[in-house]
Order: sequence, then C-alpha cells, then structure tokens
Amino acid sequence: MRIEQDVLKILLAALLLMAAIPWTAGKLSSDIFFEWPFFFEVAIGGLLAGVMYSLVALGFVLIFKASGVFNFSQGAMVLFSALTLVGLNELGVPIWLAIVFTLAIMVVLAVVIERVVLRPLVNQEHIILFMATIGITYFLDGFGQTLWGSEVKLLDLGIPNSPGLYFGGQILINDFDLVAALIAGILVISLAFFFQYTRIGRALRAVADDHQAALSIGIPLKHIWVIVWAVAGIVALVAGIMWGSKLGVQFSLALIALKALPVLILGGFTSVPGAIIGGLIIGAGEKLAEVFIAPMIGGGIEDWFAYMLALAFLVFRPQGLFGEKIIERV
Amino acid sequence: MADNDKAFLTINNIEVIYDHVILVLKGVSLEVPKGGIVALLGANGAGKSTTLKAISNLLGAERGDVTKGSIEYKGEQVHNLNPADLVKRGIVQVMEGRHCFEHLSIEENLLTGAYTRSDGRKAISDDMKLVYDYFPRLYERRSSQAGYTSGGEQQMCAIGRALMARPDMILLDEPSMGLAPQLVEEIFEIVRKLNQNEGVSILLAEQNTNIALRYSDYGYIMENGRVVMEGNAGELGENEDVKEFYLGISTEGRKSFRDVKHYRRRKRWLT
Repeated sequence: MRIEQDVLKILLAALLLMAAIPWTAGKLSSDIFFEWPFFFEVAIGGLLAGVMYSLVALGFVLIFKASGVFNFSQGAMVLFSALTLVGLNELGVPIWLAIVFTLAIMVVLAVVIERVVLRPLVNQEHIILFMATIGITYFLDGFGQTLWGSEVKLLDLGIPNSPGLYFGGQILINDFDLVAALIAGILVISLAFFFQYTRIGRALRAVADDHQAALSIGIPLKHIWVIVWAVAGIVALVAGIMWGSKLGVQFSLALIALKALPVLILGGFTSVPGAIIGGLIIGAGEKLAEVFIAPMIGGGIEDWFAYMLALAFLVFRPQGLFGEKIIERV
Repeated sequence: MADNDKAFLTINNIEVIYDHVILVLKGVSLEVPKGGIVALLGANGAGKSTTLKAISNLLGAERGDVTKGSIEYKGEQVHNLNPADLVKRGIVQVMEGRHCFEHLSIEENLLTGAYTRSDGRKAISDDMKLVYDYFPRLYERRSSQAGYTSGGEQQMCAIGRALMARPDMILLDEPSMGLAPQLVEEIFEIVRKLNQNEGVSILLAEQNTNIALRYSDYGYIMENGRVVMEGNAGELGENEDVKEFYLGISTEGRKSFRDVKHYRRRKRWLT
C-alpha cells in the first residue's frame, strides 16, 4: 500500500509541476505564449509521443524481468522488424500477410538468439550477456540493412495521419498518435494479464526472481528465454510499425532505444505499467519543457530533459516508480 | 543397504568436478529405498549439497559436472537428464536456503511448483489443498509476498512448492538452516508425516546430526567428498565416533572448554 501512495504523490507532484512551471513562466516572461488550451495541446501531444517511447521501453522490461539481462539490441530489433515488414511488402506480399510473416520471423530470431548466443553463455556474469546483446545489436543493424537496403522507406498502414480538432475545436491532436496510444494500451493490458494470470507468465516472473529455484522445480529456462525474446520481438515489431509509419523506416529507428533508457529509469526496469507511466511522464515533460521553459534559458532542452529527469530519479528512487523493491528482511 | 527391497535411487561411485578443475566428490555411493528417509550428514563443504545437486542435475547451472559413476532412479539411468525432466519423473530438490520466489505470493509460489504437470486444474487445486493441510501457516499467508514471510514460512513454502510437483522423491537440503529449534522440530514432523502418508521418499542433507538421525531410517556420513561411514540411524547415533564428532557427546561426559581443542579421540576412519 505504501508504495502505491508514494507513487501517487510523485505523479501528482509531477503533474502540478508541469502545470505550474509554464504558467508562472507565462506570467513572468513576455517571450512565452501561455494559454490553457495551448498548454493542454502541448501536454496531450507530449503524452501521446510518450506512448511511443513506452512501446520501445516495454521490450526492454520484458527481457530484463525474465532474465536480468539488459537487452541492448531492443532498438535494433525494432529496426530489423520494421525493415523486414517493409521489405516483404515491397516484394509484393500484402501488408497484413507481411505482418504475420514478420511475426514468425521475430519468433525464429528469438529461437536463434537463444541457441547461438544465450545458451553458450548461461551462468556468465550479466555484464557478459549485456555485451553479447551489443553484438546482437550490430549484427541486426547490419544484417537488416544488407538484406533490405539502407534507404529510407515509407510504411503506410492506412492509419489516418491528419491532425484533428478535439474538445470543441480548441485542441489540435494528431489522429495517428491516438491510434498509437490505443494500440499500446491494448498491448500493455494483454501483457499485464499474461504476466499476472497465466501459467507461463507466472513462470516468467518466477525465473526473474530466482533462476536456480525455477530450475529446481522443473521450469525449463531455455523455453522461458525463447518465449520472452519472442514476446520482446513482437513488441519490437509493434514499435517498429508505429515509429516506422511516423518517421519512415530508416536507421534512426535503432536509436530511439536510447530514448527508452530514461523511461526505464523512471518507470523501473521490472515493471510493465512502469514503462507506460515512465513514457508518459518523459513524453509530456519533454514537450512542455521545450515549449514553456526552453525560451527562458535560450532553448533546446528537449534532447536532454529526459536524461536530467532520469538522473534525478536515480538519486531519489533508484528502483523507479514501479520497479520491484529489493526485499530485505531485517 | 536394503537388500530385501529394490533400491529406488542408487548412486554409484560418482565424481563431481567444478569448473573442470576442482574435484568435489571423490567417489560417492549411496542408496535410498522406496518410502525411506535417508540422511546425508557432514560438516560444511563435505559434499552433501553437491551430491543432491548431482542427482537433481542442478550442477550444470553451477558449472559442475558428474564425470564418473552412475545415478539410477527407478531402474533407469538419469544422470544426463535436465532438471525439468527429472521433476517430471518425480525427483524434486528443495534447495538450501529456501529460495522462494520473493516477489510472488505464497500461493503463486505453490502454483509454479506445478509447472511441469499437465493433469488439469482440478488435480492441481486438490494438491494445493493438501499442501495447505500439511502447512496451515501457508494458508494464512497465502496472499503475502513470499519475500516478506518469516524464515520458517519460507522453508514451508519451499517444501510445499516441491510437493506441488507430485514427487516420489524429495531431495531436502538443509531444512534446519537458520531456524529456531522448535520450528526445526515442527518441519521435521511434517516431513515425516509426508513420508508416511504420501509415501514420498526423502534424501536429506543436514548438518544438524542429532535431529536428522532421529527422523531418518538410515544415514551416511560424508567428509571431504567421500562417504566415510554409513548405517542405520539408530546405530549411527550410538557410534562413539559419531557421538564425539557430530553429536558433541563423549564417553567422558561433558568436557571443560580447556580440553576441547585437543581431541583425545582420533577419527578411526582416517588412516
């Protein structure tokens, strides 16, 4: 209970701060244009962009939760899945079939990674597994581009991509962002359900807690790893589709993984809801800071604001908002 | 040992090497009869846990390897099977230091124990009731996170979780570790009941020689990766060497602390 209360307080504080800073800034400085509808427009745009960060962060959380490995290659998986999808589509496969094929390919990729990389390294230090995932990153980046070419490609799923006016024509929101948020929401709810109530989900959490004990009661770690990597691959594909349709499918997709880092630190490396809330806070904070605070200090804080926020969190709440507390019995 | 009835688990002269260099078990042989409780006794580092892990094949996860000898269970060679297959065949290990899943509730812990089973929800929930019957304390704490329960409750949770796999044989590693004497007694009582009512055979590794001998039928004493002595639990308890070195009683009665350091007796099994 106490943890929930803490989190609520932090969320409230974050919201108040987000509203108070631009408002006072608007009062004090004539450089800044402040009006409530405009504020909400920026905030909502930020929140929806945050959902997109969450999608990437989710993949990290899944693998970290189940194996304690920080999977550096999540960004590369996003790029690889998007490239494969577009590539297949360009070969003439209809887009829906291409999605199914790409899903299958991501599952096969999970099996291969487990076989070739994880299995030989079982029981090594986490840092060694982490470095192995850096290797996977470069391989996937290169392999994907060798296979499908490195020019920027368009991915069009027919999701409406025009701004619409909402709330009585006061606030401008991009329809695409709304769809993305909806998809992310569905994904998160089903993942949360999967982890909490299914046999495999329970086994995944058990493995995350204690490898050895999980082995001792007959949970086969190899299968579990294939499952999490496959799920992370599927999440990567969803992220790849959303980001790819927004920015075009290109190498920079692999770099959005870096934006997921502060999201993870904020939300906690082990929490699915944490990845979502973390993404929302980073997304909204970033945009609000850029529009309302940046002009006062000369602009351009969108790029590093998230990392600053993450740093503050590392100092005061290292396990993140929803991360699993390290249980210590006294 | 038991020549009348066919041995359930037989270990023949196994050697275990860690990290390709460290020889930990130097030829250990032992037998567990069906429905028996067998104790594996010895000090720290004698090789008790390693023996258990060699059977359950958890050694692989610690870079250990059985290099010689054989392990036979229900008349079948099992030494190359992975832990999951062994659990399916009915051997479950309860690890030393309990190893509950801290962030899962007690009930979820028990449910993970049934991971390898495929006999349906009904059978599993029946077994859960059974476990709660044996450990009423677990029922009270069923929705608390295991990490926040007491040491005794965690030990019960670990044993209960193993039971959920419907084992024929439990490898119980040091159940008394870090528990109050009264609680140790309580847990051993339950283990005995499980053995009698459910017919589960038990191989028990324990440092607490006194209690282990009271609750088991047969015992092996290990030192330095070898079995140095074996016998019926009662006989072992009467043996002068065991009394002196493991039970802390000697023929001369209580000793003054001044004398404790120079043993009058020499271990007869050392040459």
